[in-house]
Amino acid sequence: MLIPHPLLGLRDAQEFTYLGDARLIDRPDPTAPDAEAAFCDYVFLRDNQAGAHRELWFHEQGDRSWLVVTRDTVTHEVLCAELARDVALSRARCSK
Amino acid sequence: MTRLAGGLINRSQSLNFTFDGRRYQGHPGDTLASALLANGVRLVGRSFKYHRPRGVLSAGSEEPNALVELRTGARQEPNTRATVVELFEGLEARSQNRWPSLGFDALAINDLLSPFFTAGFYYKTFMWPKGLWEKLYEPAIRKAAGLGRLSMEADPDTYDKGFLHCDLLVIGGGAAGLAAALTAARSGARAILADEDFRLGGRLLCELETLDGAPATDWIAALETEFDSLPNLRVMRRTTVFGIYDHGIYGAVERVSDHLAQPGARVRQTLWRITAKRAVLAAGATERPIAFADNDRPGIMLAGAMRAYANRWAACPSETVAVFTNNDDGHRTARDLASKGVHIAAVIDARPKATALADYRVITGGMVTASRGRLGLKSIEVHANGRSEWIECGALGVSGGWNPNVHLASHNCGRPIWNDVLQAFLPGEDGPSGVLPAGAAAGHFSTAKTLRSGAAAALRALNVLGIAAALPSLPRSEESRYGVAPIFHVPGRKRAWVDFQNDVTMKDIKLAHAENMRAVEHLKRYTTLGMATDQGKTANVTGLAVMAELTGKTIPETGTTIFRPPYTPVALSVLGGGDAGPHFRPRRLTPTHHWAKAQGAVFVEAGQWMRAQYYPRPGETHWRQSVDREARAVRSAVGLCDVTTLGKVDVQGADAGEFLNRLYSNVMATLKVGRVRYGLMLREDGFAYDDGTCARLAKDHYVVTTTTANAGLVYRNMEFARQCLWPDLDVQIFSTTEAWAQIAVAGPKSRALLARIVGGFDLSNEAFPFMACAELTVCGGLRARLFRISFSGELAYEVAVPARYGHALMERLVEVGADLGVTPYGVEALSVLRIDKGHAAGPELNGQTTAAMVGLGSMVSQKKDSVGAVMSRREGLAGDRRRLVGLRPVDPAGKVVSGSHLFAEDAPQSFDTDQGWVTSACYSPHVGSMIGLGFLENGDERLGEVIVAANPLEGESARLRVVPACFVDPEGERLRD
Amino acid sequence: MRFSGFRVFAEAIKGHTGWRSLWRNPDPKPAYDYVIVGGGGHGLSTAYYLARTFRQSRIAVLEKGWLGSGNVGRNTTIIRSNYLLAGNEPFYEFSMKLWEGLEQELNFNAMVSQRGIINLFHTDAQRDAFRRRGNAMMLAGADGRLLSREELRAMVPFLNYNNARFPVKGGLMQPRAGTARHDGVAWGYARGADSHGVDLIQNCEVKGFRVDREKVRGVETSRGYIAAEKVGVAVAGSSGRVMAMAGMRLPIETHVLQAFVTEGLKPTIPGVITFGAGHFYISQSDKGGLVFGGDIDGYNSYAQRGNLPVVEGVAENGIAMMPMIGRARLLRMWGGLVDMSMDGSPIIDRTHIDGLYFNGGWCYGGFKATPASGYAFAHLLATGSPHETARAYRFDRFARGYVIDERGAGAQPNLH
Repeated sequence: MLIPHPLLGLRDAQEFTYLGDARLIDRPDPTAPDAEAAFCDYVFLRDNQAGAHRELWFHEQGDRSWLVVTRDTVTHEVLCAELARDVALSRARCSK
Repeated sequence: MTRLAGGLINRSQSLNFTFDGRRYQGHPGDTLASALLANGVRLVGRSFKYHRPRGVLSAGSEEPNALVELRTGARQEPNTRATVVELFEGLEARSQNRWPSLGFDALAINDLLSPFFTAGFYYKTFMWPKGLWEKLYEPAIRKAAGLGRLSMEADPDTYDKGFLHCDLLVIGGGAAGLAAALTAARSGARAILADEDFRLGGRLLCELETLDGAPATDWIAALETEFDSLPNLRVMRRTTVFGIYDHGIYGAVERVSDHLAQPGARVRQTLWRITAKRAVLAAGATERPIAFADNDRPGIMLAGAMRAYANRWAACPSETVAVFTNNDDGHRTARDLASKGVHIAAVIDARPKATALADYRVITGGMVTASRGRLGLKSIEVHANGRSEWIECGALGVSGGWNPNVHLASHNCGRPIWNDVLQAFLPGEDGPSGVLPAGAAAGHFSTAKTLRSGAAAALRALNVLGIAAALPSLPRSEESRYGVAPIFHVPGRKRAWVDFQNDVTMKDIKLAHAENMRAVEHLKRYTTLGMATDQGKTANVTGLAVMAELTGKTIPETGTTIFRPPYTPVALSVLGGGDAGPHFRPRRLTPTHHWAKAQGAVFVEAGQWMRAQYYPRPGETHWRQSVDREARAVRSAVGLCDVTTLGKVDVQGADAGEFLNRLYSNVMATLKVGRVRYGLMLREDGFAYDDGTCARLAKDHYVVTTTTANAGLVYRNMEFARQCLWPDLDVQIFSTTEAWAQIAVAGPKSRALLARIVGGFDLSNEAFPFMACAELTVCGGLRARLFRISFSGELAYEVAVPARYGHALMERLVEVGADLGVTPYGVEALSVLRIDKGHAAGPELNGQTTAAMVGLGSMVSQKKDSVGAVMSRREGLAGDRRRLVGLRPVDPAGKVVSGSHLFAEDAPQSFDTDQGWVTSACYSPHVGSMIGLGFLENGDERLGEVIVAANPLEGESARLRVVPACFVDPEGERLRD
Repeated sequence: MRFSGFRVFAEAIKGHTGWRSLWRNPDPKPAYDYVIVGGGGHGLSTAYYLARTFRQSRIAVLEKGWLGSGNVGRNTTIIRSNYLLAGNEPFYEFSMKLWEGLEQELNFNAMVSQRGIINLFHTDAQRDAFRRRGNAMMLAGADGRLLSREELRAMVPFLNYNNARFPVKGGLMQPRAGTARHDGVAWGYARGADSHGVDLIQNCEVKGFRVDREKVRGVETSRGYIAAEKVGVAVAGSSGRVMAMAGMRLPIETHVLQAFVTEGLKPTIPGVITFGAGHFYISQSDKGGLVFGGDIDGYNSYAQRGNLPVVEGVAENGIAMMPMIGRARLLRMWGGLVDMSMDGSPIIDRTHIDGLYFNGGWCYGGFKATPASGYAFAHLLATGSPHETARAYRFDRFARGYVIDERGAGAQPNLH
């Protein structure tokens, strides 16, 4: 497979390490009253879509970017790739 | 007369070879198969199950019968298709799966017993008595099964792996592929032409027809000259594209030196990973036989192959041949062979009407119903118009029609589509994206159409890529007709073979039908149809057609077969690309590796690292002597150990402290500049996964260490936290594991030793106490970092210098510390020292451990959030009462064995009463006995209790006393000294 | 029809005219007591034990394609019970005991062959971990042996003992482990279930669940609505897709695992061998092909095919472990979809919908579990309570913190 790195162009998927569903960006609020339930959901449950799947890839043997890649899990077609940092920032969450 | 006139062999040179020990001669240009046929050898192998005598069936990689063990010694290659082996001087080949000889094979008894050995018979018997399966039945089956033999020696050849990129990959160098390559080459596009044969031309080499009125080889030669002049086209002969993968990646194997007696300095084969924007699939077509009674005798071959042997290799298996066909193409074989002086006994055409292409006897509406000749064909029985006759012939060419080679187009699980006119499957619309079938692979069976379709496919592909291209002028060629009748088998009661190699006959398919094994995959798996080394290239469609006939359904209703990679079998050696033996994984060497080697150190693998395990000294005959000495030296004087392999991460930025607070379970933001703190990291699921130290060199600068094993993982997780979880924090991180050499200086005399290299730096306890850190210079100006941390429990430091000075630093420390008894120690003593001290390491932090289990529960701060904090409070983790304890044998001479399970004394030993296990154990020279660490249920409340460590696996058991998990200086006075 | 050597002999004399269908091709009935979704190994064995052992009736197995078309026909055929943890080992040992009597019980030769498995170790730490595991096996009543390098060399002399990057130091052996003919297992259970009245319905895809007041009523299928008192889902590889129709998210990701076979060879490897310095496992089929596999491709996938890097990696591992296989040729590679669960262990449990039960999350290891999985699932379906060896396989173990994580890899499915 090839991953269209937003900064580096097409790169062999072998340069990357896969993590999983991009929802892992959305770490729950640890101070919320239902934090434990929210974390269980966050850590363990997956939509596991057949079809377009937003997922996290780490360019471990490259520029160390984490990417959010949208890929069809049935055809393996890559629909887009973004820097995970941009995606996370666009969530406009403030952690400070 | 089995060598004819003409052909594309070089008769000016002869090549000697042997088959089953007999000497023969052939010529350059021959394959092993063509040379054997030219020498009158028809019998070349035995079938898998019935050990039927077999001859060459095909002239290509689809060959099911002519499999040989090629070469000798460690280079022996079983199951090698004689049809694709280029002849070389001194070639040695042997027939296989026969005993004692090819001509007389004892297991041919199976053929007589074939009524018992029907499809799937083994599922119905060999069940009684139960114990005999492994003892008797299976060993007998295994011995009889299989084909060729491996040498059982390591492959002596070398292999390589390469990457290629192009606009257009052309798969197949026949008429269509050549036209496609020509179109691409002239457009200036980056193109690759790959063909499995050693000579370009494909089927053009096997036909007598002309291009522009001249032999096809003239046109091919002109093309090759032009190709040579165009740098944008790479022509890869002897290269099989074996698989299509995602995003336009193609796997190919180039047989670099298989055509030579020995590879010499060259690699044997190269694995190419080709990334192509588009591909033209011009893989040609494969002829299929017609199933009739005893249709597997040596001498019965595919009609197209018979023609290929005559035209390209000037070889013919017999002076008298017949042809059995259901289509027009079979007649071309008769015509060409007749023109070469071979006697055509008859052409039996199953169709009611047929026109002869030359002067030979045609029997229309005819069927071959039987054959004779045990080790080679002697005659065939022909049934036509209600009459039967026996016709003598030494060879029979059979043509049941042509199957386009759609294999690669279904590697993405795409389904081929049935075509009623061609009676064949064509590549489906859902094939791999960017792949355009052309030529015979797309169902074009005349040379003219094939050439045009190849050029057109290339043009289409280039247009899509925005590359301007023009159709080249193509040579004038034959527009032959191809009509085929849907006849796949001849009805009859005797066995008629569908899959030759696996001995699947019409009877087997009928049995599968009767037993409701009718789905295509059930048919295949139950009868083994199509599962031989040829992957059913000549059998699958016929099998499917027969099943369709039996069920009364159409072929498309019955199913399709999809093909899996590889197109033809690929040696594991080349897939491994030569990354074998010592090259299996990179070896990471520490900065002091060469120094340690010079000291005679014994090394051990630690992940990819090689680390000094211990340093034997003269007179030491057992590793324990060395390790005990090294451990004692640390406890009594000073030792040196290279700890560079620990992961090191530089963390900088205004929010560095806050960032680390969120990663470590304990608080790091409050750490004072110039101080170090031990830290524990949890996974988000709440389990501990790594520990290390965190040193604050400046307000906005921390250096953290990880374990050797988890260096990559921790860094990846830190980047995840930085980029994905808290991108708004002002923090930058960088792995510096390889940038700094780090040496542990441990022992009561460590301060004295270090004082000799740190210049004026004040090492006193007041100025530089336990858990202090500093940046300084050593050895007269070398920039360094010093940490006062201890893994051994002794007064100890770790000193880091730029990696390139690691070796020199070690040398200097040894030199200046000689009078202090300085002793290098390896990871074995390191481990003894840490077990002495009860520090958790890999065996304790194995990913299944909570912080509380290793006695660090209080480190998980309740005041702040950090990764894993929330989940560590789940009942299963919080309620886990196993605790790390120390273990001492009740009998001081007794053993403590890691991996033993712990039980209360006198308790029955079962899974239910299991209370823990020994995680680490060693002989402690400090304690004077073996000691261990282990996790024990409620261990912190059971100090002093005697428990049992059971090791039933090795028939051992030991009584151990539970003690605190610290065997040396429990108050920690030494390290604070 | 009872199978035996005598029957084969008699049929051979008669010209094989007496063989009958191994199973019927029934049309679905409007209603069943039990509908098992998935006609793979686990679904078929569930139906078999429901009918045979738990004496239930009105049972149907619904299969989207052909019987055995899922992972039971795509795996590397290894059976073993060499697990470490209390949640797993008794279950797999129960499975091993069922394997040992399976063929006689089913009257079908699934070629269960106890030729042994050897897990190689290359470091002292690996040896210690294997000793802990081997002792756990012994405690559960399984068998095990810790082999020294010398003992190993005597048994399997062809490993790379010299010049290896990670020298072999020994191995953990389970002599009772081995292989079974995967298709034969599916067919044996199918034939057994059919003979006990189970309707095996092929080409019948479940399109949805009909649920009323938190109780399952039946399933919508490509062949119409089928009512059911209880529905058991055993569709590992497609669990996510199927359970999504019941509105459930699972602690499971779907990944592709490739498997490989070489051309047929004369006997080369006695039993099953696994590499300890990488991920590689290999055995030789009775037909002569070397059957082997390695890592999953590592990304979510519903495509039954993998990519080249894993193929190369697996070959590297194989040659590193046993260099003499280098000149053997890879004949075929294929992919199967596996349910990679969050702790690497399976789930056999009821769901929040009354009457809907789930069996999945088998990761790499579903084949060896086929008998026990079916037995335990049938137990749960028939009695409403989990089988004693499968009590740990609950959905709520994740939320409550009782994960069964053999590898200690945490909640990342592609690391298990």
